[in-house]
Amino acid sequence: MAETFTARIWVLGDDIDTDIVIPTEYLALKTVNDMRPYAFSPLRPELAAQIRPGDVIVAGSNFGCGSSREQAPEVIKALGVRCVIAGSFARIFFRNAINNGLLLIECPALRADVEDGDEVAVTVGKEIVCKGKTYPIASLSDNLLEIINAGGLVKAMRRRNGLD
Amino acid sequence: MGATFIEKLIRRNTGLNDAKAGDIVTVNVDRVMIHDIFIPFVKDKFEEMGFTRLWDPDKVVLIYDHLVPASQLDDPRHHRIGNEFAAQYGLTHVHRSDGICHQLMTEAGYVKPGDVVFGTDSHTTTYGCVGAFSSGIGYTEMAAILGTGTLWVKIPETIRIVIDGVLPDNVASKDVILRIIGDLTAAGASYCALEFSGSCVEAMSVSSRMTMSNMAVEAGAKCALFTPDEKTAEYCEVPLTEELRTLHGDDDARYIRTLHYQAEELVPVLACPSQVDKIRPVSELAGLEIDQVFLGSCTNGRLEDLMAAAEILKGHQVAPFVKLIVTPASRKVYLQALENGTLDILAAAGAIITHPGCGLCCGRTGGILTDGERVVATNNRNFLGRMGTSKVEIFLASPATAAASAIAGRIAVPE
Repeated sequence: MAETFTARIWVLGDDIDTDIVIPTEYLALKTVNDMRPYAFSPLRPELAAQIRPGDVIVAGSNFGCGSSREQAPEVIKALGVRCVIAGSFARIFFRNAINNGLLLIECPALRADVEDGDEVAVTVGKEIVCKGKTYPIASLSDNLLEIINAGGLVKAMRRRNGLD
Repeated sequence: MGATFIEKLIRRNTGLNDAKAGDIVTVNVDRVMIHDIFIPFVKDKFEEMGFTRLWDPDKVVLIYDHLVPASQLDDPRHHRIGNEFAAQYGLTHVHRSDGICHQLMTEAGYVKPGDVVFGTDSHTTTYGCVGAFSSGIGYTEMAAILGTGTLWVKIPETIRIVIDGVLPDNVASKDVILRIIGDLTAAGASYCALEFSGSCVEAMSVSSRMTMSNMAVEAGAKCALFTPDEKTAEYCEVPLTEELRTLHGDDDARYIRTLHYQAEELVPVLACPSQVDKIRPVSELAGLEIDQVFLGSCTNGRLEDLMAAAEILKGHQVAPFVKLIVTPASRKVYLQALENGTLDILAAAGAIITHPGCGLCCGRTGGILTDGERVVATNNRNFLGRMGTSKVEIFLASPATAAASAIAGRIAVPE
């Protein structure tokens, strides 16, 4: 059965790089939770405090471009963001997000129609509905679903090593 | 039908003789690189996954570069954890203050043509300069490789870039790759391999090629490949076998896009704030006042880069209100530049010469800037807040453009 949820959205632009998601100067903080207040600070210093668990980020193309820092998807997850919907994702960010169980959805048409505070209804692998308009979305490929279904790469490896 | 470079390389690695773009395959990893900023996370994930030994300690390289020397109170913790990890799992390839990871991986001979290499830094694409498939990954995937020696990859489609002719004297490989990124855009090569060829590329040194493969990720590329030739073999100290010579893209392979450039038509360019693909000719911005110049990084901190700047700076002084910061990419580069007089020239011109490492490029130390300041820099990213506050303007340029601008105190075209 397809999973459906509704969420409040925050809207960002194209090419949101990982230095914006979490600047290098905070990467040596001990935990991803410590980094949480600084998420998106170069672009929107107030955003991290505004995001509530269950919210969704909607962005343009090439979300997560730049460095390989895995703290980028982790800090987004730590803020409680339910998923990121973007026109497209940069490749390292995409892998890192999947490996950490952060749901990513590609939907190039959505961003132009929405603003901060709008509500979306997401049916994973099927569609997004916002302000009465429906946007079809693709289902994830099998090998990625495998990692997500295992609960991320760490859990998949634990299973391999006979720990779980 | 022929095969692309990356298809041939993956076939060679996996033994899957009909592997092609779009296939998902498991590759055997020849070498991995972990840097200081992520080692604590790699260690945590590795142990959380339940691994107790590395798949092959000889294939693992640990490099301290982002946090050397420490500039914040939490930094030394990373080195302590790295040292513990190395001792516990028998790591012998550890570099604690020798320079930037990407420079060391090629310079110290850890990467050979045809290898499959992953690193915890996005600029791991650099090793394509010697014909290796190398790409950046996160620390969770690195932990899985440390335990298994393998990683799944989707074989990328290829964009072929042919550059023929001879570059004008004031145009460097940095200008070439910036122009290409401008044309492709920051997302234009997402998930793709870039394959470089043409007489201009053949004439380039391995160092110049390194600048280009380093920056390929700024167009989203997964890897950037140069066919191994005599220069590659000499640099890597390996024989140029017939088998290695087959590592190139075939003309009748499937390319999703081909770009052609004529070197004589290229000009010095800048990437303007705050996107790497916002490319304009230096001449259009000439005269814009600057506060600082940074010459260094894994993009342009090699001997030839320092020498290109020294050639322009020789007998001149840096403008009085400008700080010129020079950061050699490695200890070896530092010593070579010391020995051949390059550092003398730079110091006499007024440069501040720092220890090798990532330095200002990652915005943590050594010349961070504040609101309203403008910097011309030879590194690879001009992202918002990369070198200080989000109101700093970063212009990316070649070493020659950086040097000419340092003298003028304004953005200037190198002559």
